[in-house]
Amino acid sequence: MPNNRVAVIGVGETVFKTRIDDKTYVELAQDAAKAALDDAGLTPDDIDAIVFSMAPTQFMGVNDVDKWAVDSVWASGKPFMRVHTGGATGGSALHAGFAHVASGMFRTVLVVGADRVTETRDAQHILNLIWDPFYEQDFALNTVTMTALSTQRYMHKYGTTEEQYARVVVRSRKNALNNPYAHLKGNVTVDDVMKSPRMSWPYKLFDICPRSAGAAALVLANQEVTKERCSRPAFINGIGGTTSTVFMGDRVGPFSDAELSDEAEFVSAGKEAYADAAITNPIKQIQVVELYDPFSSVQFPQLESLGFCKRGEAQNLSDEGAFDMGGLVSVNPSGGTLCSNPIGVTGLVRVADAALQVMGKAGQGQVAGVQNALATAIGGSVQFVNCTILGADYV
Amino acid sequence: MPKQELERNENVIPGEWHVRYKYSVGKVAGKFFDGLKQKKILATYCSSCKLSFLPPRAYCERSFEPCSGWIEAGLEGVIEAATIVTAEFENLPKPPYAIAYVRLDGVSTAMINFVRGLDLSDVEGAAERLKPGTRVQVLFKDAPEGRITDFHYVLPPA
Repeated sequence: MPNNRVAVIGVGETVFKTRIDDKTYVELAQDAAKAALDDAGLTPDDIDAIVFSMAPTQFMGVNDVDKWAVDSVWASGKPFMRVHTGGATGGSALHAGFAHVASGMFRTVLVVGADRVTETRDAQHILNLIWDPFYEQDFALNTVTMTALSTQRYMHKYGTTEEQYARVVVRSRKNALNNPYAHLKGNVTVDDVMKSPRMSWPYKLFDICPRSAGAAALVLANQEVTKERCSRPAFINGIGGTTSTVFMGDRVGPFSDAELSDEAEFVSAGKEAYADAAITNPIKQIQVVELYDPFSSVQFPQLESLGFCKRGEAQNLSDEGAFDMGGLVSVNPSGGTLCSNPIGVTGLVRVADAALQVMGKAGQGQVAGVQNALATAIGGSVQFVNCTILGADYV
Repeated sequence: MPKQELERNENVIPGEWHVRYKYSVGKVAGKFFDGLKQKKILATYCSSCKLSFLPPRAYCERSFEPCSGWIEAGLEGVIEAATIVTAEFENLPKPPYAIAYVRLDGVSTAMINFVRGLDLSDVEGAAERLKPGTRVQVLFKDAPEGRITDFHYVLPPA
């Protein structure tokens, strides 16, 4: 890790729901920026640079919308950049903000963004267009079908059942009851999930995240500002990320170098972050994980690649309650991506929710004694992955 | 109309994008598409790491060397991943349909296409028949046009 240490000193989130028609897109981003600044006790003048977190803008329908948002997030007269790695965007934007401060170039950075996925009628139409028009776009790839494909492969390898995925949905929506910002929440049963309409085998409707509108922002600061301004920050002790080919067909079979169904990119991304944060035994040292999980099947391979258990074991640990609130590790106390997915900021929301846990500000969803929390994000054809480790103390 | 609905409509203005493109095919995809017209599936090959690629690449992304040549893929292969889509998505085919990544004989990577000719009314039953490891065959259109949609996969006759 670099010499200039970085902490989260302010967190802002809006509520996540299907539509927020009483505000424009940029007003929504501004709400999160204001909330994060207020939380940090800073004014816009205290911010040195802005990183804008935004994925494809075709969902909300203004091309490269970051330029419209400049004034609303108080970026005029300051360095500003947009970061975009699909679903991984929020995590990548956070890493860019981290680098800004860690490099010593800036004392404070605001990482902020918003999304409104239902401004267009069918997000999966747009998501199909992320594949090339020569070889893959014609075959109905979208984020639902691409992860259904890798899930079918995972189930075949490890004997996972649809009910085991349904239990993840039940846990997530129950956890989301404690999160005032969550989009979907409630007490649903395995039977409710199993009876929801089939979408793309093995997925049913309840296995899939909602399309959300909402915004998030984080204030990052160097050691000096952190010491002055924040009595209980979340220190960014480790980051890791990697990238894979767009071709999922390269990541299946005996010649692949990163098995698609295992989300194997998380092995190297995790190692990098763990080395920074001195994590040698994740399940013992990390109390909370905020995983990027837009589908019920995304948690198991991720937990395995990140070293929380061996391959094929996550499904049984999940059944036994190991990932429940207060279990061996609390997985997605916020309800996770399965309950709220404003795509352009979802990765940032993962970091925000992990930071709130470390800062002791997670309200009803607070896990006791959080020393370390891990946040992840995934983008593209499960090809951009990143991890962030937040700690109660500097490492 | 309920008041809430009225307010919502007043707060929304409609919009549409109409954009057209002409995508450059390039030499590598061009040769692949010419092959399809002759009912051949051509993969690029890297002699340095002995891997062959579908879709074809100009460069081997493992050795970072230019691919050294072309090989003809077998017209049979093995399913690596599959799904049966029963939901309707805008601008995508009418469900149900099955798609699969299939690794054709002699090729290191898998390529996606439809699997047709399968009864999809029983989704679980169909899923059982599309498990990884299942052998499938390539079936070409009678008059291929040099597009990826010139062929699809089928299960071999029982």
